[in-house]
Amino acid sequence: MSQPILEVENLRVHFQTSRGPVKAVDGVSFVLGEGERYGLIGESGSGKTTIALAIMRLIRPPGQIVEGKILLDGEDLLSLSDEEMRQRRLADVALVTQGAMNSLNPVIRVREQISDGLRSHGIPMNHRQVEAHIADLLPRVGLSPEVANMYPHELSGGMKQRVSIAIAISLRPRLIIADEPTSALDVVVQRQVMQTLRDVQQALDAAVVLIGHDMGLMAQFADRMGVIYAGKLVEEGAVSPFFADPQHPYSRLLVSSLTTLKEKGAFHSAQGAPPSLLDLPSGCVFHPRCIYAIERCKEQEPVLQTIGPGRRASCLLLQDGELMLQPSKRAEEEVKA
Amino acid sequence: MTVLLEARNVTKIFRSGLITKKETVALEDFSLTIDPEQPSIMAVVGESGSGKTTMARLLLGLEAPTEGEVFYQGKPLTRLRRAEWLQFRRDVQAVFQDPFEVYNTFYRVDHALEVPIQKFRLAESRAQMRRLMEEALDAVGLRPAETLGRYPHQLSGGQRQRIMVARALLLKPKLIIADEPVSMIDASLRATVLENLRNLNERFGISIIYITHDLTTAYQISHNIVVLYRGAVAEVGDVSLVVKEPRHPYTQLLVGSIPLPDPNRPWREQPEPSPLAEEALANVGCKFAARCAHTFAPCLERAPLLYRTDQFRAAACYLHDTYPPLRPEEMERVLIEKLPLYETA
Repeated sequence: MSQPILEVENLRVHFQTSRGPVKAVDGVSFVLGEGERYGLIGESGSGKTTIALAIMRLIRPPGQIVEGKILLDGEDLLSLSDEEMRQRRLADVALVTQGAMNSLNPVIRVREQISDGLRSHGIPMNHRQVEAHIADLLPRVGLSPEVANMYPHELSGGMKQRVSIAIAISLRPRLIIADEPTSALDVVVQRQVMQTLRDVQQALDAAVVLIGHDMGLMAQFADRMGVIYAGKLVEEGAVSPFFADPQHPYSRLLVSSLTTLKEKGAFHSAQGAPPSLLDLPSGCVFHPRCIYAIERCKEQEPVLQTIGPGRRASCLLLQDGELMLQPSKRAEEEVKA
Repeated sequence: MTVLLEARNVTKIFRSGLITKKETVALEDFSLTIDPEQPSIMAVVGESGSGKTTMARLLLGLEAPTEGEVFYQGKPLTRLRRAEWLQFRRDVQAVFQDPFEVYNTFYRVDHALEVPIQKFRLAESRAQMRRLMEEALDAVGLRPAETLGRYPHQLSGGQRQRIMVARALLLKPKLIIADEPVSMIDASLRATVLENLRNLNERFGISIIYITHDLTTAYQISHNIVVLYRGAVAEVGDVSLVVKEPRHPYTQLLVGSIPLPDPNRPWREQPEPSPLAEEALANVGCKFAARCAHTFAPCLERAPLLYRTDQFRAAACYLHDTYPPLRPEEMERVLIEKLPLYETA
């Protein structure tokens, strides 16, 4: 891997509630190389958005980063002052969120929304330079420069999402965090926005963390991906081997419950729901939903182990990089497939 | 046998603006009949603004058509007597998109099931009410003991949506209109809700209109599909034909935009719009002409009819005008009647 741009080490984010701490992120570590596209996939409530907010240092009470390091280009973001962190946001690490339609100010023209970021970062630009910058920025996200004169309500959802990508890249950040950037858009526009994101990412050589629950988007966009379950990273690997042969039972469930265009009626439903983060199961957090679970899974917590080149997974049944399944379960799975 | 529900040449136009009048044609000359003797699952797909939800609201009687009429058992919805209206409200049920908003957060989920039982006087005693609720929950694969008595926030989106399917089922409807029932549910839990809908069709003979923007789930559970583009039917017919070998350029664009969960099958390049596409006018000619790679002179002048390219499929596109044309109200001729959804293994 190339030089790491982002290193997240043993990140723990807890929310203090009257019923005890909610462990939204519980010991997550991953590394991003320069210009790399990394996907984080998980169900709602798995903690993936909390990871995004932690990297931006936007966790608010009762939430708290209780442990861990977040190194951006070697510098620990958690040790910065609030003002230093404010300077890093947008300039070095930018966030594109799900609700683009809501993140723009409805009474301000697109031009002012983009130049706002430049101004608040004290970029010394005169009026003409700002104009030139915006005229350069909008075509990069596939919009015409005239969009600068428009108000958000004059734009479609896809155009608004591109404006927020334009804002995100306006200071050429090294890292872009895209949290479900297309989940409010339909499939044709989604594709255009994702391709826009990939184009600007490549043009800037920025790294991207794509957060979402759509396996299809991950397969199309990411180089590597990590699977989050109940606040923990349970599997990580390059996209191709991951889809070809998911190792963790939860990843297998995600891949097998995909609806595809291959065989009609051949979709399996995932049983059960993610656990309450207030009351996590003992041992492996996934054991109540796991069809392979053995007695030991109820007691012993698995650790993330390396199971191949660039591939990690946490499951007690993994031995020498192979999932040791009970023969009966293996047969059952084959029958289902 | 009268048909249950029929939309005949229905058009819905929304008008807005006080000074500059603006008209939006949400649905144009749409016809469909639901025959309870042939219960099938029909998917209605299209992007936002394609008229999917308007169609659902018209069929549910929540919206009155600008032109044309919706008939329930042969009678226009606008002229139903009170008793007939009540029967319509039982026979035609809806499942909506948001599994959060439909619940009152202060009540246990039981409340959502009790209300229809009380309103329609389905039960004579508490015990019977309880039994009905349990049966309905069983039918959607939820354990009553683990579901009843809970508050909405204690259940996952998938579970909440399955309760909504159970609620619809309580009334023994003949048609369920499900408007984006799984778009707000986690991908891994979607299949459970879709399986419920499929079971209702197969076990109870309930017709289902499944409205979605997701072609893969439409393909998985339905028999027929209608592709809408800006209020007009672009392509219609057997779901396998339409999704596997789309004939209309818009359907081709939709199918080509699906992010396949397979890194080895990347998105294919989409064709550029034809040079003539720029000349397309908003409400003249084919609605897709402004984005289409094949736009040629006829597309700019008059909207194409549906051409029956196969026995079970028609496409509204001049590329196929050598095939026999269908009038909008003849669209149904290409729908497959209830066929076994899945070849039994």
